[in-house]
Amino acid sequence: MMSGQEIRNYTMNFGPQHPAAHGVLRLVLEMDGETVVKADPHIGLLHRATEKLAESKPFNQSIGYMDRLDYVSMMCNEHGYVRAIEQLLGIQAPIRAQYIRTMFDEITRILNHLMWIGSNALDLGAMAVFLYAFREREELMDCYEAVSGARMHATYYRPGGVYRDLPARMPQYQESRWHKGKDLKRLNRWREGSMLDFLDAFTDDFPTKVDEYENLLTDNRIWKQRTVDIGVVSPEQALAWGMSGPMLRGSGIEWDLRKKQPYAAYADVDFDIPVGVHGDCYDRYLVRVEEMRQSNRIIKQCVKWLREHDGPVMLDNYKVSPPPRESMKTDMEALIHHFKLFTEGYGVPAGETYAAVEAPKGEFGVYLISDGANKPFRLKVRAPSFVHLSSMDAIVAGHMLPDVVAMIGTYDVVFGEVDR
Amino acid sequence: MAAELWLVFWTLLKILAITIPVILAVAMFVYWERKVIGWMHVRMGPNKIGPLGLFQAFADVVKLLLKEVVVPANANRFLFFLAPLLALVPALAAWAVVPFGQGLVLANVNAGVLYLLAMSSLGVYGIILAGWASNSRYALLGAMRSAAQVISYELAMGMALICVLVLAGSLNLTAIVDAQAGPKGLFDWFWLPLLPVFVIYWISGVAETNRAPFDVAEGESEIVAGFHVEYSGSAFAIFFLAEYANMILISFLAAVLFLGGWLSPFPVSWGWIGTPGFGWLLVKAFVFSFLFLWFRATFPRYRYDQIMRLGWKVFIPITIVWVLVAGCMKYFGWVTIGG
Repeated sequence: MMSGQEIRNYTMNFGPQHPAAHGVLRLVLEMDGETVVKADPHIGLLHRATEKLAESKPFNQSIGYMDRLDYVSMMCNEHGYVRAIEQLLGIQAPIRAQYIRTMFDEITRILNHLMWIGSNALDLGAMAVFLYAFREREELMDCYEAVSGARMHATYYRPGGVYRDLPARMPQYQESRWHKGKDLKRLNRWREGSMLDFLDAFTDDFPTKVDEYENLLTDNRIWKQRTVDIGVVSPEQALAWGMSGPMLRGSGIEWDLRKKQPYAAYADVDFDIPVGVHGDCYDRYLVRVEEMRQSNRIIKQCVKWLREHDGPVMLDNYKVSPPPRESMKTDMEALIHHFKLFTEGYGVPAGETYAAVEAPKGEFGVYLISDGANKPFRLKVRAPSFVHLSSMDAIVAGHMLPDVVAMIGTYDVVFGEVDR
Repeated sequence: MAAELWLVFWTLLKILAITIPVILAVAMFVYWERKVIGWMHVRMGPNKIGPLGLFQAFADVVKLLLKEVVVPANANRFLFFLAPLLALVPALAAWAVVPFGQGLVLANVNAGVLYLLAMSSLGVYGIILAGWASNSRYALLGAMRSAAQVISYELAMGMALICVLVLAGSLNLTAIVDAQAGPKGLFDWFWLPLLPVFVIYWISGVAETNRAPFDVAEGESEIVAGFHVEYSGSAFAIFFLAEYANMILISFLAAVLFLGGWLSPFPVSWGWIGTPGFGWLLVKAFVFSFLFLWFRATFPRYRYDQIMRLGWKVFIPITIVWVLVAGCMKYFGWVTIGG
């Protein structure tokens, strides 16, 4: 019957312009009806040569590029890079700076997970969560702005500490056509005091907000049907593919750099590592939601510590960190140091190092080689999204097209760091 | 001769008297949808054009009409332009048999329910043809999904309607409403003896109109816009109009078939509040159309094989059982019908 009739699978171009492509992912899907036979991710559309650019600039000037790698977990990327430089220089930031870094790493984690829960839910059709998540993101963005002046690309961490201490006053909303009267009062109700007061109020309130997202999703039958047993990653596979972060913990492996190789002040704060059981999209969802709650806990502890302890936030070593501006007015040495630092930077002893931090998406690592000059000889960034994305074909094959969308969401890919 | 001409003219007037309010209702419904979903999402919704943004829908219409209709290079031009019309015409034609009050109906035909089923089945051809004629893979996927979905939910819906027919003993929509009149007000309506079927009818109605959480044919984040991904300008506007006209239609039908149409929920003996009227029908339909928006703002989207499973393995068996139950109710007189 029907001899000579050849049935071929058809290919479909999924992205780079696609509402669920999370940036510029281009997937070439080989489809058998609605079932995906093969998924071929094409990357590189957002390539900006970050690593090469870093070779042409003094060390400090590349911190800003790190923000732009994974542009939803900005300060964590900075942390990885700054730690690598600090390791080569053999310096350590003062303890207060370490706590500030810990706090902002966790703020960043919440920022990232809010973005993820919103966009993953939106990919699966649940619109409301997206806008709820962005409501809270706005508050945390204000913290970024309060310390660094920028809502996203902060460049706040510096080798030897952080750019400046936490502001004593949280900026408030001004009266405008859009915000006035009661609305203005509501917006400013947490902003009467310092930034730490603001964060205190935020962390008190945030768990109820997470409950709100969970109300919409966790026990929702449709949500469960869309995520349970979708994109199962076994622990062995997860290790073999070099996964990290929630992708690895979702499969039941308890691995978190914050606990296993503590950096900054993580050894002194109390938190738990949530792990999944089945390694499917639903478990990874639960892991990330719990991580938001744990991050909230860490922020609260950091706020408490920072309230009780004062101190410098930058190393008092003018070969690396700039001197205070007041001393430059009177002190010749300070002026010279400032000039040298902001023109040619500082030399870093020859050698190589690898520094990794637990970024919200997984292990964000920076491999740095210095030949003793004021610029890196070579910089290599290990981006978790890139590693995760490479498993796309193996996980997605056999699933249906809507599951590909669920999978991209659960990878939490950001193309800034995949393409670099 | 003159009398016949007058009849044609008079009928045309009546058609306009239904169609224009329906189209206006679609415009206001779109505005209401954006506003309601906005509130549910802690945002504002349209608020710039006209007072409270009320003219937003008309601005959208003007924008869509002024835009170029782009025809893909390899599209079948004839089918490409036929498809939106095939979607719109049944969506509007179905209104012919919808009674708005006692005797307030364009065509009081005896096979009203049958006509409605026929019209709603025709609508899917528009979607399938649109997906086929666009010659795009996304559109084709959307059309395939839509065809599978609409056919299976048509069955569940048809079965649900059979239960109504059994109880009412008529295919005429006016007669169906009359059969629900009784001294007990809302407890005489069909929703009570047919509760599971009523729920199934409503869910099937949402699925029939391709609305969230059953909007796989459109599948915003999967197949971008599904069957109408290649449509722009007025061709797209027609699909849009058809979809919303269908939503309002399904809401009206739910009110007519299960909630006593224009009957008052209160007993007639209660005076003015118990008198039937078009207002009651409007209120009931409004509540149903609000549910459409609420679903859309809240639920994630089903996968299309899950929708099929729900339709074939859950809804159709339940409705078949309930057809038997309804038959027994009628035969043994378990429920009093028509007071």
